[in-house]
Amino acid sequence: MSETALSTKRLADLANPTRFLALAGIVLPWLGGIAALLLAIGLSLGFAAPEDYQQGITVRIMYIHVPFAWLSMLCYSVMAAAALGTLVWRHPLADVALKSAAPIGAVFTALALLTGSIWGKPMWGTWWVWDARLTSVFVLFLIYLGIIALTRALDDPGRSARAAAIVTLVGFINIPIIKFSVDWWNTLHQPAAVIRLDGPTIHPTMLWPLLVSAAGFTVLFATLHIMAMRNEIWRRRVVAMRRLAARRAEGRE
Amino acid sequence: MRLVADNLAGERGGETIFSKVGFTLDPGGCLLVTGPNGAGKSTLLRVVAGLLPVAAGTVGLESGGERWPDPAAACHYLGHLNGMKVALTVEENLRFWQQFMGEMHLAVDAALDSVGLGEIGHLPFAYLSTGQKRRAAIARLLVSHRPVWLLDEPTAGLDTASEAQFAALMRAHLKEGGMIVAATHLPLAIEGAGELRMGGNV
Amino acid sequence: MLALYIRDLRLNIRAGGGALVGILFFLAVIAVVPFGVGPDLNLLARIGPAILWIGALLAALLGLDRLFQADREDGSLDLLVMNGARQMLAFTVFVKCLAHWTASVLPLVVAAPLLGLFMNMEPVGIAAATLTLLVGTPAIAFIGAVGAAVAVALPRGGLLVSVLVLPLVIPVLIFGVSASYGAITEPDPFLPPFLMMTALTLFFAVLGPLAAALALRWSAD
Repeated sequence: MSETALSTKRLADLANPTRFLALAGIVLPWLGGIAALLLAIGLSLGFAAPEDYQQGITVRIMYIHVPFAWLSMLCYSVMAAAALGTLVWRHPLADVALKSAAPIGAVFTALALLTGSIWGKPMWGTWWVWDARLTSVFVLFLIYLGIIALTRALDDPGRSARAAAIVTLVGFINIPIIKFSVDWWNTLHQPAAVIRLDGPTIHPTMLWPLLVSAAGFTVLFATLHIMAMRNEIWRRRVVAMRRLAARRAEGRE
Repeated sequence: MRLVADNLAGERGGETIFSKVGFTLDPGGCLLVTGPNGAGKSTLLRVVAGLLPVAAGTVGLESGGERWPDPAAACHYLGHLNGMKVALTVEENLRFWQQFMGEMHLAVDAALDSVGLGEIGHLPFAYLSTGQKRRAAIARLLVSHRPVWLLDEPTAGLDTASEAQFAALMRAHLKEGGMIVAATHLPLAIEGAGELRMGGNV
Repeated sequence: MLALYIRDLRLNIRAGGGALVGILFFLAVIAVVPFGVGPDLNLLARIGPAILWIGALLAALLGLDRLFQADREDGSLDLLVMNGARQMLAFTVFVKCLAHWTASVLPLVVAAPLLGLFMNMEPVGIAAATLTLLVGTPAIAFIGAVGAAVAVALPRGGLLVSVLVLPLVIPVLIFGVSASYGAITEPDPFLPPFLMMTALTLFFAVLGPLAAALALRWSAD
């Protein structure tokens, strides 16, 4: 069997919701454990790390703020990929993935905004400014909420899936805007410090805890996402069974 | 208690649909309103229910007492629409109407059983087939008590078995001293029912 | 009547209900303003209460046209009207307004303090604006009920409801905004406009449902 045929088969296997449920059952405890471990290490390292000479203790909020912000974008990227899966390959799990990721992404975005706000108050003297980075993240939050409303507006999952996929793809232009907003416009928010072409500008004693906790939150996201997908599959099965029950009751009489 | 209509006329959109219609209904009486499409069957029922103004003549409930002051208060109206919310379950729908309309009669479960929907009361109304939806609407007539049933094409969408079941429910209602005014073009299996032919007299 | 309140609340919150969309609309309106007037925090702080009020007003109008239309489409409205001898129709309308307000406007009031922060408003100003919204917005629902009842039989009554209702809610808006400003700017008083607005709400709580009930009774066909 050639390589591509094998990978296609694997994808097809995953497409089967029953296979997915079985796999999720095996993977979830491990993912949860890894997430807990990484988060414990990352956050305790963060508390052990030196304080910033300018910002003092408030810098510690970075170890959760940055991962939240990073995940708010990652989650949207996952959703955009799922949207492609729905529209191009008609992958049966893609719209489940999209629908179940949206609330998680919205929560991470809200947390990023909240922690940023708490960090911003002592640093900038205000809870909120309408600069490019903050505004574009707020717009991302609104897009998330819009997609959530859309996925829940219709009873028929097939129709709402395509609509949500299209909106998700259109909204994806916001992601590069968020990423590069700090470079394109002169903003109050500091420019990128970790992922940049000339290497990180952040001191290693702070970089490592940050990376570990970011990895921890990412695994946490994967865990939550798989759990949410499992719930969504179960929910759809319940709906299908209820419709069946209504038809059966008819047939018997 | 008597439901009396005298020299009644009804109009819709400024146009007289029917006039000079009169009938008297005693407890246990059933009146079948028949006639071709557009004869004013639905309009007559809506006028009796108080949903449309009376154009001429009178319709009233005699000796209804405090409990049934006017026809609207004493009537169940089953129109073309079922009056159920698709987002709620069948039980939630019926329980709401029971609490809202008062005069509790049958329990929700018992009413659902008597229309053959006992097992699917927990399902959202949207999942039901057309006939099941109609039967759920019929169950609404049973959860609260009203002496007069105004039925507009009550058997629309019902199969033969359900029709027979519904006829039995109607007979039971008449036996308890209820009254029925039904607009239909299908023969309902009710003995001793009067007939009011409409159409051709306008 | 409690049953009606719970039913309408459920319908608003469950799938297909408009509650979430109203909140989103509110957020979007507030988010658009800084783009229009520029991110000047002092300016935003000054116009903040007015923006919150206008946003809440528009969001509250959004779902109003469905208030009776949804019931009309499935035949429930006939039954609600027929039951007028037991449950006074005006009271039925009142309860429906209350349920509409709880599901689609109350969340806006809860979100208002947060958006006040976005507008760089002072804590006192935020508290005052939220309080005026809490007391003033029910009036919008009660006035809106009249528009919704008049337009219930029209196929595309949605926009018409807003056009009919907007002029009528202007007094509420005036007193609401001037009370919010009265709390932060020194010479202006807070209490008189606030009490005027409360009076308006109470007044429309009676007049609105009565007029709407009358319109519903005559709209049946």
